Amino acid sequence: MKTKTSIIAILFAVLIIGCGGKEEKKKETFSYQKKSTNTEQVTTKKDNAEKPLPASQRVDLDNKGVGPITSINLPADIDQSMVAHGQEVYKKMCTACHRAEKKFIGPAPTGILERRSPEWIMNMILNPEEMVKKDPLAKDLLIEFNGSPMANQNLTEEEARAVLEYFRTLK
Amino acid sequence: MNTMKHILKPIASLVIVLVTFTSCNNTKKSGSNSGALSSNVAEKVFVAPGEHDEFYAFISGGYSGNLTVYGLPSGRMFKEIPVFSQFPTSGYGYSEETKPMLNTSHGFIPWGDSHHPDISQTNGEIDGRFIFINENNTPRIAKIDLQSFETTEIIEVPNSAGNHSSSFVTENTEYVVAGTRFSVPIPQRDMPIKDYKGNFQGALSFISVAPETGDMDIKFQVLMPGFNYDLSHPGRGKSHGWFFFTTYNTEEANTLLEVNASQNDKDFIAAVNWKKIEEYVNNGGGKMMPAEYAHNVYDEHTHTATSTIKKEVRVVNPTDVPGAVFFLPTPKSPHGCDVDPTGEYIVGNGKLSANLTVHSFTKMLDAIENEKFDGEAYGIPILNFEDVLAGTVEQPGLGPLHTEFDDQGNAYTTFFISSEVVKWKVGTWEVIDRKPTYYSVGHLTIPGGNSRKPQGKYMFAMNKITKDRYLPTGPEMEHSAQLYDISGDKMELLLDFPTHGEPHYAAAMRADLIKERSRKIYNLDENNHPYAAKSDAETKVVRDGNEVHIYMTTIRSHFSPDNIEGIKVGDKVFFHVTNLEQDFDVPHGFAVLGQNTSELLIMPGQTKTSVWEPTKVGVWPFYCTDFCSALHQEMQGYIRVSPKNADTPIKWSMGEDIE
Repeated sequence: MKTKTSIIAILFAVLIIGCGGKEEKKKETFSYQKKSTNTEQVTTKKDNAEKPLPASQRVDLDNKGVGPITSINLPADIDQSMVAHGQEVYKKMCTACHRAEKKFIGPAPTGILERRSPEWIMNMILNPEEMVKKDPLAKDLLIEFNGSPMANQNLTEEEARAVLEYFRTLK
Repeated sequence: MNTMKHILKPIASLVIVLVTFTSCNNTKKSGSNSGALSSNVAEKVFVAPGEHDEFYAFISGGYSGNLTVYGLPSGRMFKEIPVFSQFPTSGYGYSEETKPMLNTSHGFIPWGDSHHPDISQTNGEIDGRFIFINENNTPRIAKIDLQSFETTEIIEVPNSAGNHSSSFVTENTEYVVAGTRFSVPIPQRDMPIKDYKGNFQGALSFISVAPETGDMDIKFQVLMPGFNYDLSHPGRGKSHGWFFFTTYNTEEANTLLEVNASQNDKDFIAAVNWKKIEEYVNNGGGKMMPAEYAHNVYDEHTHTATSTIKKEVRVVNPTDVPGAVFFLPTPKSPHGCDVDPTGEYIVGNGKLSANLTVHSFTKMLDAIENEKFDGEAYGIPILNFEDVLAGTVEQPGLGPLHTEFDDQGNAYTTFFISSEVVKWKVGTWEVIDRKPTYYSVGHLTIPGGNSRKPQGKYMFAMNKITKDRYLPTGPEMEHSAQLYDISGDKMELLLDFPTHGEPHYAAAMRADLIKERSRKIYNLDENNHPYAAKSDAETKVVRDGNEVHIYMTTIRSHFSPDNIEGIKVGDKVFFHVTNLEQDFDVPHGFAVLGQNTSELLIMPGQTKTSVWEPTKVGVWPFYCTDFCSALHQEMQGYIRVSPKNADTPIKWSMGEDIE
């Protein structure tokens, strides 16, 4: 009899918590203040998960990523012949998943240099397998883009550099 | 009596004590012995997870028509390379690009019987560039590129039948040689079978291999008397320039060969001075005769094979080239014909003989020079058996078939009937060791065995009968191979491993040469396939009458296009699928519901084509068959098939409604 009561009690508690959780979620969008009530833990988690900008929109110009490129100096002037070469490589190797202007299988490269360091961009092209394992931004991007992996297309460093130059023209 | 009992009692108890003691001791001893032994053996074949084997072994698939790739000493199988048979696993022989590889003068043949792989050589040493293999039934020789592990060339051998004494290479891969097991009318014609004797001929074909490209071409065929040319091996070192073929059925029987081809006490080993014939041919010798044979070449840039039917072949009558061909009498239907690493000794494994016969190349040259002939057969001089004999290995076993050599001057011969491998010393002909095989061994292989520099260390026997060696799998069992350590005086059995099909022979070599050069991807830039879509922008669907060509791309994890409309019942739809990946080991597959062929497996940078002739109206899915990424299950598309007279316009798209 005793055990029965306690089981029922536990079930009840679970039910209540379950309901409470759901309710909190609904309210979140309406009331920011709800954050510091006694269900704090649950709500903070949810808030954190929903609040930050998606990785594709986050700006981090200091992160150089993980890979062969540690430092790149971009001259002020854009090298147009390199741009043409980069655009060619991009067309051949990247357009299966990337559109210049819109989110496709992967993110759009337009404006990428306002969000990422040139080193990070090149490392993402040259070393995607390690990037999605170790780089926090690349990890989040993989999740944001449904787990669709950035394919390693075996570009040479010179080709990746040219693609970067082309990206500089996409504003 | 009593005292007797008194004495007996203590003795009995002493005996009991002793027995217990010794038996205890014995148990301990044998226990620790076998324990140490088996763990030692296990260590010898253990290749730790993630580690690589020391040797590649290329084992013929026999009636599977293919070639399998193994690692030694682990006995692990890495790949089955499709050669003479359609292979639905990769689409070989099903895709439009590879169907021409199986074309012959008899039309498309979906199956073959592959026997004797042999690796290309430079200066008498295995170089690991190509591996050649023969098709026994519809005579052909194939070349497999050991960078891509793909069959890249197949040449049909005209005037040949039962292409068995093949495909062995000379020491600079000048030629890959193909001899006929069955003699036939040359040219083929309608004639009574009983008129075989004196009318049928056996063609020995010398197929040249271009030094740079490896391109094959039949340089000449020697038209020999109508015997059965069973096996062959090239001379090397001092005997380079010669080729040796065993013969049986020198009786020229055309029925019940089981009895009729075993009448003669001795058959022959035919010694062919190919350098002499080559010179004769280079000076315009021989004659071109009409023939019909396919030459199929796979181009790694168009990813497509083409088949050309050739119309003539150069033939040479051996009696027109004095000093080019001789017969060495060899007891009792010799099977294997094996030449030792120095090139001095030619072993004739007389399969019905009690002894092994070894001929001496030096003695042969001497006999030829002194014209010590013992008659002739169809104008070809026969040498005296005693004049060319180097020695015999006396009574080594029953049913000798094949001999290989190590790098220490030893030979290893298989005995089919007594199921064993016998090790003997070249030169002294003494038997050093024998080990059983399980069961009925055919060929055996030592890495680098058919060369001036055998690599030794291991030997493996390929057996015809498996019986109880593995868990039973019904009446049909895979054939078994046994790996032996041959680094010591005595051979040591290390491992049993199952093989695929009916392995006849194998070629093996140290892994390092091949491993470094193994191809990882095909460069998209070098893809010259006429229907390749090398980027998303190049994808399209083009109708040409009732043929529809779909230029499609794949990359993790989508097809482009993945929605296609405007196809009608009665159309012939060509899916030309280009894999845009440029990363190692990321193939994609392609299959569409109701397809009457196999799937396609497309390597990075490749284009492959599948034809689909839809018979039913509907919307049919296609998908990737090779688990390629976390989103592999999402890698799919639809193709809409309208009625024959519908006017649904051609339309294609991918990701149109993506945000």
